[in-house]
Order: sequence, then structure tokens, then C-alpha cells
Amino acid sequence: MNHFPEAWGRPRDDVYGAYNGAHLASGMPNQHTQSPIVTGTSVVGIKFKDGVVIAADNLASYGSLARFTDVKRLHRFNSKSVLGFGGDVSDMQYLDRLLTSLDIRENYHSADDAALSAKNLHTYLSKVMYKRRSDFNPLWNHILVAGLDTEEKPFLASVDLLGTTFSSPSLATGYGAHLAQPIMRKLVPDEEAAARLGKEEAIQAIKDCMKVLFYRDARSMDRYSIAVITKEGVDLNEDVKLENQSWAFADRIRGYGTQVN
Amino acid sequence: MTSIGTGYDLSNSVFSPDGRNFQVEYAVKAVENGGTAIGIRCKDGVVLALEKLVASKLVKPGANKRIATVDRNMGVVSAGLLPDGRHFVARARDEAASWRRLYKAPIPTAALADRMGSYVQAHTLYSSVRPFGVTAILAGWDSEAEVPVDGQVGYGPASGAGGKKEGATHGGPFLYMIEPSGMYWGYYGAATGKGRQAAKSELEKLNLAAGNLTLEQGVKEAARIIYVAHEDSKDKEFELEMTWVSSLKGPTKGRHEEVPREVREEAEKWAKKSLESNGEEDEEDEEDKMEE
Repeated sequence: MNHFPEAWGRPRDDVYGAYNGAHLASGMPNQHTQSPIVTGTSVVGIKFKDGVVIAADNLASYGSLARFTDVKRLHRFNSKSVLGFGGDVSDMQYLDRLLTSLDIRENYHSADDAALSAKNLHTYLSKVMYKRRSDFNPLWNHILVAGLDTEEKPFLASVDLLGTTFSSPSLATGYGAHLAQPIMRKLVPDEEAAARLGKEEAIQAIKDCMKVLFYRDARSMDRYSIAVITKEGVDLNEDVKLENQSWAFADRIRGYGTQVN
Repeated sequence: MTSIGTGYDLSNSVFSPDGRNFQVEYAVKAVENGGTAIGIRCKDGVVLALEKLVASKLVKPGANKRIATVDRNMGVVSAGLLPDGRHFVARARDEAASWRRLYKAPIPTAALADRMGSYVQAHTLYSSVRPFGVTAILAGWDSEAEVPVDGQVGYGPASGAGGKKEGATHGGPFLYMIEPSGMYWGYYGAATGKGRQAAKSELEKLNLAAGNLTLEQGVKEAARIIYVAHEDSKDKEFELEMTWVSSLKGPTKGRHEEVPREVREEAEKWAKKSLESNGEEDEEDEEDKMEE
């Protein structure tokens, strides 16, 4: 026996050779998510005087393949908040289950449907996302949280895969950040403008954004979900068709899609 | 009790020569001292009701709820030792959550009753633990709609392999009662605690097996039965606590919730009135006999 405790009770290395630990290793190093697999594209949201409008299309892409065409990327959490998920769909499903268990736990002690406000929910999600990025194992999503805060005021904020949080009268993820944000910012440059904006104008702005995104984003589709969150509750429609499309601007583009020539 | 002094009641999990486990029987005694708890399985939901004896005037009325929510669609009420009831509920919540983690769907009421039955029974087997000093009533509504998988985002195939089965029926109301021995049965109406005998005979009169009682009627009857069961310990004050779980079309939309205050108060008013009119009838009967 020597004075190294890790050797006690083991066959002696000088007699039997060094211990072969091959069977203990899994053979592969630990792997973390390096890139998303099945993805959803932009989510857009805008505040108005009584609440928030949020929308995302119903497509889940596998690379450039339009793989699933009936995917609901808006999740109603309670009567005060809706989440919109961009990015990896399986991570979205994981978060959905996580939030389901959170909701069940929060409702053990009261039947109050909206014990957690949208603001509470956004704080919680930001901690989850930041924890995961700090483990070098991020949940590959960019999430918009839309709803009402604790004072029943319109609330819209985002959290991304790094745990970065951001809030603004209008928000968009993915391609929408480039294509939809300018349209919405023209309408609501600041909080004062959002506090004056009517519901119908807000819905129309979101619909315009979804149309522009369908025109220019190759990972988008023309069916989408839209939710309006006000004090009256959540009005969620999960199968809206894009209206009044006009492809006149593209009539000279040749060589794509189903056109012949 | 004849068992005292024989030594067979000193340790859990020890049988007496005539095949009894005294520790379990003592646990049943603890249950018999608790406030009455009942459950009624109606055709479109389940009601739980509890006679919550007021321990002190310094306790806030309506606070310290005793009927617990386990999963969204399930509730538990227990009679007996309060801390044991709390632990029972904590375990039930863990079981429901772990079922969800594994199967991505809510636990069926029958499965939870089975797991909790096993857990309670395990506490009769070891000398290091004592049996549960509670009898718990478990009420749930298993969704009649096709249960979506937790986290499901799409609809799945509309037809062909993996398509939906037409006309399949699911779910419904469920009621189970779990005793300190770990024995559990499904019931139409269950009662435990101090006033269980009176409550049971009232439950039997309702003819629950026929499946005609609606949830609204059930709430009223539950209130009445708790008031009837309280007759024997009239000197003590009590609060009526009631929860319910209905079908997806019903008032709670498949969730386990506290009965709203207005509904409960109306049920209490009805209960008191029907109790009074019953009392008058009894008096009339007595008068009739006197005349005879």
C-alpha cells in the first residue's frame, strides 16, 4: 500500500499495469448545440394604446426545406401574456413544457389565471436563457414576450439565445429585425406614439409587416398566427391567410420557382 | 382496545397473531378525529367539500386552504393529521409532474391514485416510518378531448397512417379515496373524517350510480352533507371549503378550482334551508306521535 488514497483497494499498477479506464468514457466528448436544426423565422410585435399585437408565420424550416407548415409559434401563457418564438423549434417545445410546469406550480395556491404578468414571464425567461448560454449550451431561440405588465400596461420585450434582453414599442426577430422594424418604427418611433396608436392601426401594421416578410424572406410562408393582448384577454388566431398579395414588383424576376423560361 | 399491552402495536409493519396491523388501525383513529371531507362524482364533474374546523379565532377566515390542487385537472382533500395531508399533496404533485416529464401529458386520475396508493402502502412496511394519518380523497377530470402532447406545435397528419381515430371517446370524472393502509377504491361518493357515517348515508340517498346528478346540484348536495355531518359537533365553529372540476364545457373548463364565492354561498344558504325544513318535519313527526 502506498500513500495515494486513489490507489487504495485497487490492483497495483506495478504488478497489473495501469488501470484501463476505457469502459468508463462515453467515447465522445460532451456535445452542446452548435446550430439550430428545425427553425422558425421572424416574429413581429407592436404596442398600441390598450395592448400589444404579435404575429409569426406557421412554418418550420429544415434548412431551406419548408418542412412543417402548421407549426404554432405563438404560445398563449395566460390571459395576460403571449410568447412568440423564433429559432429552433425543439428548443421552443422544451421551453413550452418548462413554462407549462411553471404555470402549474404557480396555480397550486390560487386559481388566479394570471398570477404571472408578461413582465414576470420575460424576467424568468431571460434568466433561463442566460443560464443556458453561460453553460455554453444555449436554447437557440429569439423570443418576444407580449402582454400586460403588473400595472396592466402594454408590455413588449425580447430575449435571445445569449440572454440579452431588450424592450421597445415595436420589436421583431430574425429577418423581421431588418425588414419589419423600419415599417413599425415609422408608426411608433417612441412610447408616446405607441400610447396613441389604435388597435386596428396596430393590427394593420403587423399585417403589412407579415406581407413584406413573405415577399422577401425565403424561409417564410403565407399562413400565420396573430394575437392581440388587451385587458379583455388574449385574442389568438392561429390560421390567418396573407391577403392582397401583389407580386407586380417581381414581374421581371426570372429563373426562380415554377416559372418556365 | 384489547391490543394494548400485547406488544404487537409497538412497531410498524408487525402483524398481530390474528392478522392485524395495529399501527395502521391507530392511523385510522387519527383520521376519525379530523373534520369531515367528502367527494361527489357527478355526471359532468366532481366536487370536493371539507368541514374545516376553526382552530382559533385569531386565524383569518377563508385563509389556510386545505383542499389542494395537484395538477391542473386534479384536487386532493384529506381528513386527519394536517402535516401528513400536506406531505401527501407534495408527493402527489411530484408524481403528477414526473408523469408529465416522462409522458408529456397530464397524469390520468386512476394512475395518480394507484401511485399514491402504493406510496401510502409503503409506509406500512417499514419500522423506520409510520403510516399516513390521513385518508385522502382524490378528484379529477380526465380531458374528454383528445389530449395534446405537451409542447405540441402542429396538428399531425389529417388522414392516413397517424391520422385521427374518428368517434373515440376519452376521459370523464373520477373520484378515488386512499386510506392509511394504502387501500384505494374508486367511488361515486366518498366520505371520511368525523362525520363520515352521516355523510355516507346522505351520499347513498343521492343514487349517484345512476349518473344523473349534475355538477351544480352536486355542489349544493355537498354543502348540505357537510352541514348534516356537522350536526354532531355543533358546538364547534367551521368553515365550508369547496372545490370542483368540471368538463371542458363546464364552469371550470376541465380545471380544478375553488367553487366561486357566490356559488358557494348560495349552496350554503340552500343547505341551511333544507336542514331547517328537515328539522321541522322531524318536529312534526314527533307531534304526530304525541297525538297518537
